[in-house]
Amino acid sequence: MDGKQIGDRPGESDVLGRLLDGDHRALARAITWIENRSPGYRELVAGLHEHTGDAAVIGITGSPGAGKSTLVDKLAAAYRADGLTVGVIAVDPSSPFTGGAVLGDRIRMGSNVGDMDVFVRSMSARGSLGGVSLATADAVKALDAFGKDRILVETVGAGQNEIDVVKTADTVAVLLQPGSGDDVQMLKAGILEIADVFCVNKADRDGVDRVVNELREMLDLRNDDAAAAAGHHGTAGVAADGTHGTDDADSTDSVDDDTDDGDRTATSSDGEPTTWEPPIVETVATQGEGVGAFRDALDDHRTYLDRSGRLEAIGRTRAAEEIRALLREDANRLVAEEIESRGGIEALAGAVAARETDPYTVADGVLEPLAECVREQRQR
Amino acid sequence: MSTTQEQRPIRCLVAKVGLDGHDRGAHVITRAFRDAGFEVVYSGLHRSPDEIVQATVQEDVDVLGISILSGAHNTLVPKILDGLEEYGAKEDTLVVLGGIVPEKDEEKLETRGVAAIFGPGASMDDAVQFVRENAPGR
Repeated sequence: MDGKQIGDRPGESDVLGRLLDGDHRALARAITWIENRSPGYRELVAGLHEHTGDAAVIGITGSPGAGKSTLVDKLAAAYRADGLTVGVIAVDPSSPFTGGAVLGDRIRMGSNVGDMDVFVRSMSARGSLGGVSLATADAVKALDAFGKDRILVETVGAGQNEIDVVKTADTVAVLLQPGSGDDVQMLKAGILEIADVFCVNKADRDGVDRVVNELREMLDLRNDDAAAAAGHHGTAGVAADGTHGTDDADSTDSVDDDTDDGDRTATSSDGEPTTWEPPIVETVATQGEGVGAFRDALDDHRTYLDRSGRLEAIGRTRAAEEIRALLREDANRLVAEEIESRGGIEALAGAVAARETDPYTVADGVLEPLAECVREQRQR
Repeated sequence: MSTTQEQRPIRCLVAKVGLDGHDRGAHVITRAFRDAGFEVVYSGLHRSPDEIVQATVQEDVDVLGISILSGAHNTLVPKILDGLEEYGAKEDTLVVLGGIVPEKDEEKLETRGVAAIFGPGASMDDAVQFVRENAPGR
């Protein structure tokens, strides 16, 4: 049943057209295909791309129980009160053993009942490394093309995967709560660098001042540490990332171009006096307190991005990231095919484990014919 | 694409609807589905039919499992089914029911579009198996 192409079944024709026309079911189905990597989803996303770029994408991350879903719910309601439409993508982890998942973020989202203009979609991490961030980025595109004004991407801030997910956002908010040592741990793990806005939730509890103070201290430290604050967030990522890249990726012209772009903007923005100090907002999400201030802080950051030209830079960075990620995925699939044709990974692994050969020889053996093909094609 | 099949778990929405606070069954079935490798969206308690419809449409689930022990199934379930129809989601969503549904009501609900009803004593494996065999796929 999975061999079918998109649009084969009645009612599934022209999902792209219907999505652009504002059909909710078509939007839902498009995201399903994106998640499933159904045959034909690439054409779908390719078709979506030119209709994107109008939405403000906001990533919200924080430790479990910090109140992300509740805050997202209230924030969505605040946007709706302003007459804006909202898309929400809530990413939850899945079991590495069964692949199963319980997606519970919807439980906290009761403020927008019966309002189809708040489109909430739960996604599971589905275990595949890096796969979530690709799927999330594409799902964001679907919501963007559909015409959502604000898109909120919510995820537990626990690891690299989550950070990648959040990178699909223009503005990243990190959520903390008082009385949790975990939060400081989380900041150590590198979440501090990606935050554009800090939100201390459950601000009616004891220990708020302590969290806020700790946060201030860390931010001050960071500023002292580096005038490198100029290369904040996205752009810094490119400079560091541009150096990586396998032979495969480097051999592709488009990737090279994009890397250069990223570097150029990083240097030119050094001269920009405008910098962004991440504000710290206190909220009580369950009561809706501070949600207005939180929304304003997000808007301010958006304005800053726009005025400083950083929004464009982020767009290019993201495009480069996307191209690289896609190429990695495609290259992986190609390699997987090649491995299969050589008797499968089990056989190769057996030979290596028995010391008949070594991993490097095997890898070279698998890759060499592919590399040769590519070189031949290029010379023509 | 040999990998697509593994990458696509069955998606379910387990829903509690109406003034019915008994969620033990919903929790148990949620866990069973999760352990079977499904992706389960749980609605939480006291949802209105509109909310369930909204969630089913937006999440594009293969299966909607409604847990209902309040006796209001004859009112609430048809409302949900009509809502799904309105958004063009009824045809390709498998709707199953769990909880307390008197035998005399079963037939009527099934002709309205409920695929199966799991009452007290139904086995978890049967429910999982039924969903596996009947989930429409995307």
